[in-house]
Amino acid sequence: MESAFRGRAHVYGNDIDTDRIIAGKYTKTLDLQSLADHVLEDLDPEFRSRLVKGDVLVAGDNFGCGSSREQAPVALKVAGVSAVVARYFARIFFRNAINIGLPVLEVPDLEAASGDEIEIDLEAGTVRNLTRGTAHRAAPMPPVMIEILGEGGLVAYLAKHGTYRLATG
Amino acid sequence: MAAQTVTEKILSRHAGKTLKAGDLAIVDVDAAMLTDTTAPLAIKAFREMGGTKPWNPARTALVIDHAAPAPNERIARLHDLIREFARDTGSTLYDVGTGICHQLMVEDDRVRPGETFFGADSHTCTYGALGAFATGVGSTDLAAIMLTGKTWLKVPPTIRMEITGRLNPGVEAKDLALAMVGTLGIAGATYQAVEICGAAIRPLSLDERMTIANLGIEMGAKVVLLHPEGLELPYPYDADAIRPDAGAAYVRRVAIDGSALRPQISRPPIPDDTVAIDELLGTPIHYAFIGTCVNGRLRDLRAAARILAGRKLAPGVRLVIAPASRRVFLDATRDGTLATLTEAGATFLPSGCGPCVGTHNGVPGDGENVLSTANRNFKGRMGNPQANIYLASPTVVAAAAVAGRIVDPAELVGE
Ligand code: SF4
Repeated sequence: MESAFRGRAHVYGNDIDTDRIIAGKYTKTLDLQSLADHVLEDLDPEFRSRLVKGDVLVAGDNFGCGSSREQAPVALKVAGVSAVVARYFARIFFRNAINIGLPVLEVPDLEAASGDEIEIDLEAGTVRNLTRGTAHRAAPMPPVMIEILGEGGLVAYLAKHGTYRLATG
Repeated sequence: MAAQTVTEKILSRHAGKTLKAGDLAIVDVDAAMLTDTTAPLAIKAFREMGGTKPWNPARTALVIDHAAPAPNERIARLHDLIREFARDTGSTLYDVGTGICHQLMVEDDRVRPGETFFGADSHTCTYGALGAFATGVGSTDLAAIMLTGKTWLKVPPTIRMEITGRLNPGVEAKDLALAMVGTLGIAGATYQAVEICGAAIRPLSLDERMTIANLGIEMGAKVVLLHPEGLELPYPYDADAIRPDAGAAYVRRVAIDGSALRPQISRPPIPDDTVAIDELLGTPIHYAFIGTCVNGRLRDLRAAARILAGRKLAPGVRLVIAPASRRVFLDATRDGTLATLTEAGATFLPSGCGPCVGTHNGVPGDGENVLSTANRNFKGRMGNPQANIYLASPTVVAAAAVAGRIVDPAELVGE
């Protein structure tokens, strides 16, 4: 996975639930592209047509609340979203995103409007709004999550290590 | 050793060392569960990780409940993949019509007090009703559990919620659960555990406790653990293992006066927008739904039958009921509940999730108001983003089905 990348922001509000990220009626499939085709459909029907590969989703509080469906981060990733930055995430969504290799960053004070250019450096843990010239630090992740993301996701991590390794023992 | 919360106690025992809130730990998993929504991706990930058999097939359950029976060929193929995996690995399969995963895990004693249980479904928190550290994870995390028998986690800090007093007649466990969600908010317990105790909880049955624990995820909680006072199970259990130590550290204490509660309703499109029923009296209802892992049990069907006995649905209202399990369905058949509800005009669906998640069966129409016993009313939840979903207890839903609008059930009971 690239450690540093840039993309345009798509900005949404608080409490974006997993039903709005991908509705339950679309989740029963192994055709991952079909998930991407319906991503954020009930939230913003225009999102799919505006999205350019590498764009960044920016949201407020509690992004991804609701269901445990991993199809939600998968839909975003397959659609071409490079990362999600939110004030904070719902717990299961956050874990799922890391597990499937979608970078998610908790930044409490990012100000952005749709169209702003965002630069993310995963290794440094920083998010910059290049349009506004601001820089922000993301909340640190547990080391095990950094390792999982570094491998590109939990499947690759476990295929390599066989079991979990906690840096803190 | 420092005084521990219930979460710290259970996780310490499963990590083989003393843990406190904030610690990162690898814990042993006692049992796991997957559904037809999450199993296909999990099976795929499990195989890609190099897995062949789950660490403990006897304690791995696969449940076909979310879109059951299959509404189309695509989903039928996924169901077959799940059946095949269960057969090849010796895991337990609960096929179409057996019931909703969470009901089955408890009904079939697949989860016990003090255990760690991970389910690939967010409402796995339901088993906190019997003092299990039970939580929802995604498909890949569940695949990793099948591979290793372990998972990593951060020990959550605990909110202690005390429900004082006694619930008034007509006020049900669901009303209390909605009030809790309204009090803490949709993200009020994110990354945290919630312990629930108090005089109002003590008289509640296991069914009612499940209703309460179920809505924990609607506050963002990792787990919900009800204290064992008054908990009756069909087998002996160690109550001390699921009771906090005196002096355990809590991040927050919240009290709710149970005797002051009125029946509650959650307004669309977010579960924490709860109000007393009095604010919504007269709201027209087109579609009433009773069922789900929250309120599809025998006591819920009976509560609805008490209202509907000798009455008919209001013109233009449909009432759809999906019993939580085949056992519930059978019990409700034997005691006459089903006949009462059917005479009133109810339509029964197979035991399973039914219209709760909008995959098949019973999608609402544009602009319709749905009154449902479920736990989520997000936009599009039942398959149509143009419908408005209100959440309430089975009694309130049944009363509205008779009246065609939201009414205080006490009016009907008093007649
Ligand atoms: S009944 Fe609804 S909330 Fe419960 S497991 Fe099924 S889909 Fe999920």
